[in-house]
Amino acid sequence: MTGGEKRNLIISVLVFLVAALLPLVNNGYWLSIGVSVAMYTVLATSWTLFSGPTNYIALSTAAFFGIGMYIVAAFLDWAPYPVLVLIAGIVGALFAAVIGLATLRIAGVYFVIFTLGLAELVRQIVAWMQHVMGTSSGLYVLISMTDPILYWLLLGLSAIVFLVGWWIGRSRLGFALRIIGNDEVVAEHSGISTARAKVVLFIISSAFASLTGALVAPRWSYVEPTIAFSPFLSFQVVIMALLGGVHRLWGPLLGVIPFTLLWELISANFPAQTTLLLGVAFLLIVYFIPHGVIGLIEDMIRHRHGMLGSVVSTLQRWKSGNA
Amino acid sequence: MDIIIIGLLLGGTYALMAMGLQLQYGVARIMNLANGEILVCGAFGAIWFFTASKMSPIYALIFVVPIAFVVNWAIYQVMMLPLVKRAKNQGQLEVDSILATFGLSFIFIGILLAVFGGEFLTYSYLATPFLIFGEPYALNRIAAFLGSVALCAGLYVWLHWTRAGLTLRAIAVNPAAAGLVSINVPRASALAFALGGAVTAAGGVLLSMFLTFDASLGVIFTLKALVIVIMGGVSDVRGAILAAFILGLTETAVATLVDPGLTLAAAYVLFIAILLVRPEGLFGRRST
Repeated sequence: MTGGEKRNLIISVLVFLVAALLPLVNNGYWLSIGVSVAMYTVLATSWTLFSGPTNYIALSTAAFFGIGMYIVAAFLDWAPYPVLVLIAGIVGALFAAVIGLATLRIAGVYFVIFTLGLAELVRQIVAWMQHVMGTSSGLYVLISMTDPILYWLLLGLSAIVFLVGWWIGRSRLGFALRIIGNDEVVAEHSGISTARAKVVLFIISSAFASLTGALVAPRWSYVEPTIAFSPFLSFQVVIMALLGGVHRLWGPLLGVIPFTLLWELISANFPAQTTLLLGVAFLLIVYFIPHGVIGLIEDMIRHRHGMLGSVVSTLQRWKSGNA
Repeated sequence: MDIIIIGLLLGGTYALMAMGLQLQYGVARIMNLANGEILVCGAFGAIWFFTASKMSPIYALIFVVPIAFVVNWAIYQVMMLPLVKRAKNQGQLEVDSILATFGLSFIFIGILLAVFGGEFLTYSYLATPFLIFGEPYALNRIAAFLGSVALCAGLYVWLHWTRAGLTLRAIAVNPAAAGLVSINVPRASALAFALGGAVTAAGGVLLSMFLTFDASLGVIFTLKALVIVIMGGVSDVRGAILAAFILGLTETAVATLVDPGLTLAAAYVLFIAILLVRPEGLFGRRST
């Protein structure tokens, strides 16, 4: 371990310890925000593990999240909760493996298209299965899970995501992914099994989404196909990751925190216009902060002209048409 | 027999929507994930027109199509052109346009929710039976099919027998080379994108004659159109039409034999089959 890495490790551990103190300080509003932040941190960071280096945009977070949630909701009478959480992660991984093997062997946009409707597809299938088996479409998840415990669980999961991401970044796998993101043909010609690398990463990333869904299920207490597989979640996760920046492991975190707060504000004040405002926010990010908050900060350090300056220069480049 | 005829009628209507996407993706090179939302806008326009005026939704085409054309042209000029210019290569443009149109699709849903609310909307037009081989079929499905066939045929003739159509086909083959033979590629791409949007909205008007719509249905139609285009090959109109019929038949078979709620599953089954067997599409050529 180099000195820099040691320093980063110490800083990260300290940040996590401080974050873990939140339930002791506040047990109401801010803790519930903390739970959202922790949840989106897991989802956005694990999304970035795959989509960041490879540029393959996965729009399937909601599908895997919903699967995890449904496994807990449907089998609660048959197995203890911790076992179900594990099973949710495994099922999510297997499902991701099947999808990855079908779509990621071929380069191109097929993967994105496939993931676009995935949440809706799984929702239709779950609703159909419930219809055939004659169960009602809504399920209750009645486990007592207090907010502090959920918060610590999600925080722990996010620590695991960061560790896995850090390990991938150092491994041959991470190196291979960065080459794939730069030029897939070059990657293939230098002897990288591109399909295998992509599938493995997609499995890891999706399994985390399923685990999150399983953990959060008790908090929702009532699960229904339309709620569990809402496409909004995929959308929010992509937004947050892009806002933060997808080329650093801790980039999405910088998007999750401001966006969760902004989102609280929007849904409290404009409950009817959430979809519209979310779309507008998304476009603003894609056009004006293409490299995320991280990109802005790095720009700022490089050119020393302040955050406003780099937004303005992005605007100017956009106007002249060669941003 | 029921399945075959209803499937063919549905497939004919899907063909129009797929041709719209093909113009946008094949010619203008924009992977438009908001395509389905434009279709839903067209459908809502027709619903609003019919409930307000009680005239045939066919007349709704007269104002829906030009509006969709202008709106899509504006989308291309304001949103897509900067992306086309800043993209270093085709891959970058694809990623950027996917993200931008994905955001756009949520803006469309938001606007539709604000204007029409979140309920399912439909209207009853030509809901009278019509006999084919002694079996009754809803006349509105047949009217939608005929309307779609007429528009598809018109579009096909325009693409193959006019100079403007030739220009678009040239860009579909190779945008760089098209520029060399003094084709104004940005202008023609904007035209293709706008035309694609207009055709998609027209598809929405026709589909609204027999389907029920709500604001969030767009993604399903985007996916169906994409599956058709991938199955048919990105730049082949014949392939898209054949693929549209295959999807129409499969979907009707699944809806009749298994469950009407599983329409998307039919599209996905075809999608996986195509990916595993012929990723280049039915009529596509394997790239080297």
